[in-house]
Amino acid sequence: MTKLTLNGRTYEVDADPEMPLLWAIRDHLNLTGTKYGCGIAQCGACTVHLDGQPVRSCQTRLGDVGEGKITTIEGISGPVAEAVRTAWRQLDVVQCGYCQSGQMMSAIGLLSENRKPSDADIDAAMDGNVCRCGTYQRIRAAIHDAARSLA
Amino acid sequence: MLNHSLKTRDSAVTSRRAFLRGSAAAGGALVIGLHLARDGARAAGGPDLSKAPAKPNAFVRIAADDTVSVVIKHLDMGQGNTTGLATIVAEELDADWAQMRAVFAPADASLYNNLAFGPIQGTGGSTAVANSWIQLRKAGATARAMLVAAAAQEWKVPAAEITIEKGVLRHASGKEGRFGAFAAKAAVQPIPENPTLKDPSAFRLIGTRLPRLDSNAKTDGSAVYALDVRRPGQLTALVARAPRFGATVKSVDDDAARAVPGVVQVVRIPSGVAVVARDTWSAMKGREALTVTWDDTGAERQSTESQQAAYKAMAAKPGLVASKRGDAAGGIKGAAKVLEAEFNFPYLAHAPMEPLNATIERAADGSYDIYAGSQFQTIEQAVAAGILGTTADKIRITTLWAGGSFGRRATASADYIAEAAAILKATGEKTPIHLVWTREDDITGGYYRPAAYHRIRAGLDAKGAITGWEHTVVGKSIIIGTALEAMMVKDGVDATTVEGAADTPYALPAYRFEVHNAREGVPVLWWRSVGHSHTAQAMEVFIDELAHAAGQDPVAYRLGLLKQAPRLSAALTLAAEKAGWSAREQKPGRGYGVAAHESFGSYVAMVADVTAEAGKVKVNRIVAAVDVGVAVNPDIIRAQVEGAVGFALSAVLRNRITFKDGEVQEKNFDAYEPTRMSEMPKVEVHIVPSAAAPTGIGEPGVPVLAPAIANAVFSATGQRLRSLPLDLTALRGV
Repeated sequence: MTKLTLNGRTYEVDADPEMPLLWAIRDHLNLTGTKYGCGIAQCGACTVHLDGQPVRSCQTRLGDVGEGKITTIEGISGPVAEAVRTAWRQLDVVQCGYCQSGQMMSAIGLLSENRKPSDADIDAAMDGNVCRCGTYQRIRAAIHDAARSLA
Repeated sequence: MLNHSLKTRDSAVTSRRAFLRGSAAAGGALVIGLHLARDGARAAGGPDLSKAPAKPNAFVRIAADDTVSVVIKHLDMGQGNTTGLATIVAEELDADWAQMRAVFAPADASLYNNLAFGPIQGTGGSTAVANSWIQLRKAGATARAMLVAAAAQEWKVPAAEITIEKGVLRHASGKEGRFGAFAAKAAVQPIPENPTLKDPSAFRLIGTRLPRLDSNAKTDGSAVYALDVRRPGQLTALVARAPRFGATVKSVDDDAARAVPGVVQVVRIPSGVAVVARDTWSAMKGREALTVTWDDTGAERQSTESQQAAYKAMAAKPGLVASKRGDAAGGIKGAAKVLEAEFNFPYLAHAPMEPLNATIERAADGSYDIYAGSQFQTIEQAVAAGILGTTADKIRITTLWAGGSFGRRATASADYIAEAAAILKATGEKTPIHLVWTREDDITGGYYRPAAYHRIRAGLDAKGAITGWEHTVVGKSIIIGTALEAMMVKDGVDATTVEGAADTPYALPAYRFEVHNAREGVPVLWWRSVGHSHTAQAMEVFIDELAHAAGQDPVAYRLGLLKQAPRLSAALTLAAEKAGWSAREQKPGRGYGVAAHESFGSYVAMVADVTAEAGKVKVNRIVAAVDVGVAVNPDIIRAQVEGAVGFALSAVLRNRITFKDGEVQEKNFDAYEPTRMSEMPKVEVHIVPSAAAPTGIGEPGVPVLAPAIANAVFSATGQRLRSLPLDLTALRGV
């Protein structure tokens, strides 16, 4: 049994500590908003927050989380998260939507550190998140909108 | 450990997934089914919806709680058709957009066939809005007429005196009410034979920006994709497949795999060896522990080099004639100038963000349920039924949101559904089976955009007019050898190999398009825009070369050849105008290129602005103009074109599937890297106003991107990069 603090709750997960956090979240806690895209940290679909920092859950071992607090798309809250979600909805960023949990988790991470990101800041923070539908233009615009609403 | 079941049998597509059950419990509801093929409208269901949902014979459901649900017969893989189709119904119904919902239809081709596909329920060819346009307008108008009749009856006023605005019925006497209040009474009204459709001048919702119906659920983690299905007791299955297409299992040593904690069973299926485990990670570990020896007797052993050489050799021989006119060879012979070019195109993987997966289970009565991002429901039912020894009507499909597809989920063999069914059968049908493909399975697993080779020769007279055009295409047919061959292949010519070339809108006085069907053992499939994904590059780059050889402006030259193609001309003119084409600043290393192409009945032109230097191309800006007929949802049209640029850009710059001794060399996104944020150009999309019947926009933005960029690279550097992906290593810069 591995203890896991996620979205403000504590769980006991009966799984191999070597298991990537992604699969513990999806298959054992049945929280499916966090997505599998590549398994090798190339796409960012699995992005969650570990103590507020975006991490790729496909490369984070369950046994390594320890006392760290995990937040998934289902558990995000606060002004930055709300600003991001609102901007995503107002601009209708999503197409297939599958990568967008990860996109939003990265965007929330960016805006939590940097309330007025430049285009270059957005490139740097978001280049690890792939969207095959190609919604990047709206993601960029939504991040700028969210930043404005937080100012 | 949590063990709540997130999923239900309802394939409701809004976050309000309880709608169906809720409305059934609430009683009165209007349910409208409409089938053009069966002469007009009919209603079914009646007030007791609790019995109807198993076979909801309907496109429109108005519930007592005042919600209007549109039953979506298509897969929404991101193209936004749930919103688009709901818009059409809402328009005729004069509904308030806030009351609209969408639910995915069950698999039932007798009700939900794609009118463009004939008897098959399925999604593809950018047909969702186009084939539903009249069908759903009639459904909406029928529902409206029945609501009005119900209100007229209750208020004891003539129906003609009742108006509807934003979901409210009104009469001059001051009476008013919302849809929900009349749903039950409306359901028992006579069904109008020919409901009056609105004049387009009266459209209030069509052509305006409406919020997508899926934005909320897709931004809080609640949207359910196939990968998110959690059925009680389900096991996850991964399949070890042969590294070479056509190889079979010779022997398996599964002792180590069975010893992996969490692995439940290892079974042989036609496509390989399936490891069935209690979670995905255990299935992965189990598969890694398998030792499979493959029999390569029938395996494909090609390399990319041998494939390209073989295609080139084939092109040198006479092929099947796809289209011809006049004496092309004679026209070229007498020309003042002759140009010749060849183009190579690689295999491409679709790589949707959600890898292929499906859950299948046996119900107590011996029927089956499949949960999938189902794109060819009718074919999947038939294939699964064949494997499971039952009939297609015993296969229910719950269609869920799909995390992209780009064509991959629509195969004539229903490949991954067949695998899921085979595993269920091999494991004794005791527990639900969730088949999951990993990203490596996806990239190496085939069903690629076919590789292709184009060779073109054309002649110009002294004034730059085209005298003849000879064009040979080599590629593996997507259709030949599949169940669709009888329907879709004529005289050996598969239109999907030559579409966009053999039917070119350019006024060519003499032409000859030939095709060779390559036969290698690599599974191929439609990839967003199908044949157009390579024919547009060959046509639009070569036309650009002719324009330059003729010493004419690339836009003006095209317009001169498109006098019989007014819609494409108009799109090209608009794109050029919005991009500032005539005032563009050419300077070394900075270039502008144009391309225009019709596909799936839609007309798209793009102007690309690029910066090119040795070994590198940066796309700065894309200005697009599109004519899709009536623009049902302009913002979704813009989104689809923006997305087409993002999707196609990596195929222009780097993506290719290559082979060495029959094995695919690219395994994951590191070697098959999609476009990333920092590479995304600014995209502007302009819509040509049109009153023509709406066509699709899921695919048509894709074909023009590559030639617009390639032509811009030429204008920046003077170098012609014809093949895709662009050979940046050959780019010398200026």
